[in-house]
Amino acid sequence: MTTAIIDTSTANIASVRFALERMDAPYVLAATPEEAAGCARLILPGVGAAGPAMARLNASGWSAALREERRPVLGVCLGMQLLFEHSDESDVALLGLIPGRVERLDPGADGPWPHMGWNALDELAEDEPLLAGIAPGDRVYFVHGFYVAPGEHARAQTRYGSPVTAIARKDNIAGCQFHPERSAKIGARILSNFIKG
Amino acid sequence: MLARRIIPCLDVRDGRVVKGVRFRDHVDMGDIVELATRYAREGADELVFYDITASPQERAVEPEWVSRVARAIDIPFAVAGGIRSVDDARARLFAGADKISVNTPALRDPDLIDRLAREFGSQCVVSGIDSRVIEGEWRIHQNTGDPDKTEISHRRTLDWIGEVTERGAGEVVLNCMDQDGVREGYDVDQLAAARAICPVPLIASGGAGAIEHFEAVFRIANVDGALAASVFHKQIIEIGALKAALKDQGVEVRL
Repeated sequence: MTTAIIDTSTANIASVRFALERMDAPYVLAATPEEAAGCARLILPGVGAAGPAMARLNASGWSAALREERRPVLGVCLGMQLLFEHSDESDVALLGLIPGRVERLDPGADGPWPHMGWNALDELAEDEPLLAGIAPGDRVYFVHGFYVAPGEHARAQTRYGSPVTAIARKDNIAGCQFHPERSAKIGARILSNFIKG
Repeated sequence: MLARRIIPCLDVRDGRVVKGVRFRDHVDMGDIVELATRYAREGADELVFYDITASPQERAVEPEWVSRVARAIDIPFAVAGGIRSVDDARARLFAGADKISVNTPALRDPDLIDRLAREFGSQCVVSGIDSRVIEGEWRIHQNTGDPDKTEISHRRTLDWIGEVTERGAGEVVLNCMDQDGVREGYDVDQLAAARAICPVPLIASGGAGAIEHFEAVFRIANVDGALAASVFHKQIIEIGALKAALKDQGVEVRL
């Protein structure tokens, strides 16, 4: 069952591809929705700023296609943020697939901005398929300066200044704020839960 | 809580990992992918690859080995050495590097940091800084890697940290050269001074020789990560044992 990696032309595409190769999962890079026609699921990767990424998704037809999407979707890092409604980073409208806003993270006394490094997962939703085999306290690699405050669609959280949505889901649409492709064994398990789920 | 990061640094020359003392007398330490894989398995939180010959010879790192490393490991890594344009950076990031680190080229062309941050986001852009005491002050040492081509600029280190973070660097690696390779401990005074003015993650580099050096730099200088090379390459310190010891001393680590 092939996975489509939505080609957002951002820098973490290679590490997502290599992560799928390490688990022998077939994939295609899909610049347009047509190129993902035969695929069973979609990964929306992304790093960098929300504004340029949304402009590319709008231009490629992916924005419209994702709003109708019924297959499992996994957004990664910026790709997760794009699933929500609005980003304060460059004040841009997002895909609107999950209710919520992306705001600037205030780390307070917890450390410098941006949030960069290995932080612990907590408040795990028991019925979340991405979290099979994952325990509270397991660490994954985060790199981000904007965040979504946990709401009803948060399936896992971490804490950096305030609670941060680590995994979000609404129906078939899910996202990880952290980088599972760069989160060692824990990240590989989460990606594998998505690929095999 | 965010874990403090342990970061093995691999100096790369001609596709091999090497290590020298005070930037001279490089010794072959092994194959890049082999060492990278070993460190990832042992619990390294991140890796940094410095192409130590790149800047002086006006040559940028080849994406070929970047891609080999990115395929093999499942932890983040940064690539440094001779990146002097957005295109140089793009080639390395799209080959699978998570961050690019700029040092000498940013001293000549500080706006490079702005351009890189604008294009890829601050989270990708690391400012590598070589600092040493010159005329009684911490100042920037320029153009490392080849003793014959070493030159000195007189920027103050703390001023430069302020400038690069203002320009959009998302992380600073401060290499305290007076300590580099001699394994007598990190320069906690300089790193604490840097910490006080550095708004982004700060990584200590230079001087690690024993487990207590890591504990001291986290506790006293409050850095986000500690980078080291020879103690890991020569297996003087094993990463798993280091992290277990740090945890016992109350330092937050990923086990």
